[in-house]
Amino acid sequence: MNTMENREPSASTLDRLEAQSVHLFREAYREFKSLVMLWSVGKDSTVLLWLARKAFFGHVPFPLLHIDTSYKIPEMIRYRDEMVRKWRLNMIVGQNVRALSEKRAFPNGGLTRLECCKALKTEALKCTLSSEWPRKRYDHAIGGYVEETHGEAFTGVIVGARADEEGSRSKERYFSPRDRDSDWNTSDQPPELWHQYKTDFAPGTHVRIHPLLDWTELDIWEYIGREEIPVTSLYFDQGEGRRYRSLGCAPCTQPVESTAKGVADIIAELKTGKFSNVSERSGRAQDKEDGGGLETLRRSGYM
Amino acid sequence: MNKQEELEQMNVVVVGHVDHGKSTLIGRLMADTNALPQGKLEQVRATCARNAKPFEYAFLLDALKDEQSQGITIDTARCFFKTARRRYILIDAPGHIEFLKNMITGAARAEAAFLLIDAGEGIQENSRRHGYIMSMLGIRQICVLVNKMDLAGYDRGAFDRLCAEYESFLRRLDIHPIRFIPISAMKGLNVALDGKTEMPWYEGPTVLEQLDALERPASLRELPFRFPVQDIYKFTEGGDDRRIFAGTVLTGSVRVGDEVSFYPSGKRSSIRSVEAFHAAPRSGASAGDAAGFTLATQLYVRPGELMARDDQPPPIVGRRFRANLFWMGRAPMIQGKTYKLKIGAAQGSLKLVEVLSVLDAADFVSEHSKQQVDRHDVAECVLEAYRPVAFDQVGQVLHTGRFVVVDDYEIAGAGIALEKLDDSESTVSQHVQAREFAWEGGRVTAADRAEMYGHASKFVLLTGEDAGALATLAGSIEQALFRSGFKAYCARSANVARGLDADIRLRADMRDEQVRRLGELARLLTDSGQIFITSLSNADEYDVRTLELLNSPHEILVVRLGGTADASIPAHLTLPAGTDPETGVEAVRKLLMEKKVILDYQI
Repeated sequence: MNTMENREPSASTLDRLEAQSVHLFREAYREFKSLVMLWSVGKDSTVLLWLARKAFFGHVPFPLLHIDTSYKIPEMIRYRDEMVRKWRLNMIVGQNVRALSEKRAFPNGGLTRLECCKALKTEALKCTLSSEWPRKRYDHAIGGYVEETHGEAFTGVIVGARADEEGSRSKERYFSPRDRDSDWNTSDQPPELWHQYKTDFAPGTHVRIHPLLDWTELDIWEYIGREEIPVTSLYFDQGEGRRYRSLGCAPCTQPVESTAKGVADIIAELKTGKFSNVSERSGRAQDKEDGGGLETLRRSGYM
Repeated sequence: MNKQEELEQMNVVVVGHVDHGKSTLIGRLMADTNALPQGKLEQVRATCARNAKPFEYAFLLDALKDEQSQGITIDTARCFFKTARRRYILIDAPGHIEFLKNMITGAARAEAAFLLIDAGEGIQENSRRHGYIMSMLGIRQICVLVNKMDLAGYDRGAFDRLCAEYESFLRRLDIHPIRFIPISAMKGLNVALDGKTEMPWYEGPTVLEQLDALERPASLRELPFRFPVQDIYKFTEGGDDRRIFAGTVLTGSVRVGDEVSFYPSGKRSSIRSVEAFHAAPRSGASAGDAAGFTLATQLYVRPGELMARDDQPPPIVGRRFRANLFWMGRAPMIQGKTYKLKIGAAQGSLKLVEVLSVLDAADFVSEHSKQQVDRHDVAECVLEAYRPVAFDQVGQVLHTGRFVVVDDYEIAGAGIALEKLDDSESTVSQHVQAREFAWEGGRVTAADRAEMYGHASKFVLLTGEDAGALATLAGSIEQALFRSGFKAYCARSANVARGLDADIRLRADMRDEQVRRLGELARLLTDSGQIFITSLSNADEYDVRTLELLNSPHEILVVRLGGTADASIPAHLTLPAGTDPETGVEAVRKLLMEKKVILDYQI
């Protein structure tokens, strides 16, 4: 916050946003002994990963966590593991193995979209963070994932949520506390001022850290372009006149009509205002279910 | 590049008493600058007509908020619009006192503020409180909008009287508004369009013109260099051997080669390099940069210190200071309780020494004498940090004196240190004096014990960076001394942490309390005639001095293990890193003989 105030007029918006995010990363790393960063493999959390390397001078000194619903578009998993090897990331994967083995999912397992999200993402995330469920960790020596049990419980979770993305996310703080049941009290949030955030927390609670809160969709793409950050090709039109604007599970994610074949095309497209009245997550069907959508999900722990 | 992208961005907060017209103003500004989604205005007008309600611009904002929950990207607290000069983010700060924490969070992001006052209702409690908060947050560009002029008959006299009254209040807070504008947000007068027909007597700019006329705050680069050390990294993976001092430059600038000092420790070095990942090589850093430096010399500094340039005025270092404080906590701030202080990148324990005065919440002018600081109070008080902190005298570099107070895991207070007060008589030394004055000695004296045990008592403190190596060495010393027939006991850090310190594991003042308890434990055990050995990793000079004081009248021997360990620690013995336990034990044994704790012939 003060980062904004403190920046020189000549510093670009991207420079300011980068400096602010880096500051938040360093604050999180200093304050939380058991820190993890969620990496959904999408554009936002990939920018987040890049910013972590900026903050720690090329290193990523905490594990990354991906909740694999098994319904992710296969290209996402391929890209994930490629980056894990390339940047030698400490990668953890969590999954609701039981729900999957019982085939409880949308649409064929009789679950609604929201119930499916709750089981495969929210619950999987909660139990992976607390280490209640076993999780898989990438072993660079053998080049594959190995199951681990009784790992550490994470008390600080870095998330790539942006305020402009969706209504409920604009109520977040940079450091947002969650209680034992991952409950989020939106009406009583901690004050944030002068680079000071809520970094003290009662046993059993955890804090979500949002270094990307002030970034917009356009900022993200401009930064990807400026820094030449590798992102999955799903965001680009492969010649069929369609591309993904937001990535999720295959059954619930729809591409948008677009001929943008690269980062520059996407930036140009966003600037035309083509999507200015269309929510970025409009291709994500679960947001529209039951009226409450994402806020309902987020209250119970969805990221 | 697109023209839009070259526009600079500015955050402006809109504050004021509840119902003084914040939402109407923002709705009007959005509508008159065509910043609304297509068809929105018509839609809201139609809804009003259907419900036989007069249309209000505030409904626009409500409608946008409603839509938000359905997924359209408009921010509740933040509204975006642009003029030919800039992109603006208007922060809609809640006026209700229950949401004061949100209001502060929103306002802290702003570079300028619009303060709304209802021409009819006049200056209300929150008009004053928000004025005070703007002043405390350091927002210098404040513009007062006198709203609902239509209901006041566009009366110049009423406007002038209100301005004069409010200006005299703001002057007490050292706020000098850049402008007073008479407006009618509802009718859109002097907002985006002028109100010359209704208020021909007003010749100043409209709200929109005023927005574009705002200037960015004076360059922070011109102030002295201040860099709170957020953290110190040594990531060894991939053969990386850099020791990087990371943080965000608050003010000023620095270049490679500049001589720098750290405060409060006073240690000195110079900048060897500016580090960055995936960026062009840099030779310096300035205000706002999230930077990283390596130093020309090996220096042991803890995160939290403030780095400053030696060719510029240094910050003040002190423990006791006078401060302005704003309290948000549900429980009041009271004397005798320990809080956590966060100032810059530093953290530590804090106590309220004295409340000098509390501003009256209703008029914010008269003062009350109170013993505690209640919720929403604004107080001037004397605070004391357990260990020294670095900040600048108010009026020099405002930014370093800003702090927050944590009570029971929550940020409960925010304040600014105004000046350092005399702290020659520390709380610890006062405590020790009082304790020793009342100390009940038994019939067995220290000399009796020494004669019986064949050696004097002593507190041996091991410190360094490697906690594992320290624990091993401490254990070896205990064993060797015991085998030689001495009464030696090693309190293992892990045992102390799980037992004596179990209840402070999550306390805000954990480190300071841990040191205090260790000091008291040492006092008792050395009193029992033993050689008491323990390790405290990463102890700094202040920790050692505190332990020394707490252990008095008995004495302490400090053994430092490892090269990068704090060289300023007054150590009696320094062992290089990697010293094997046997060599370490012999060196300590020699030290104990030199200090006449044990005698030659006893070995």
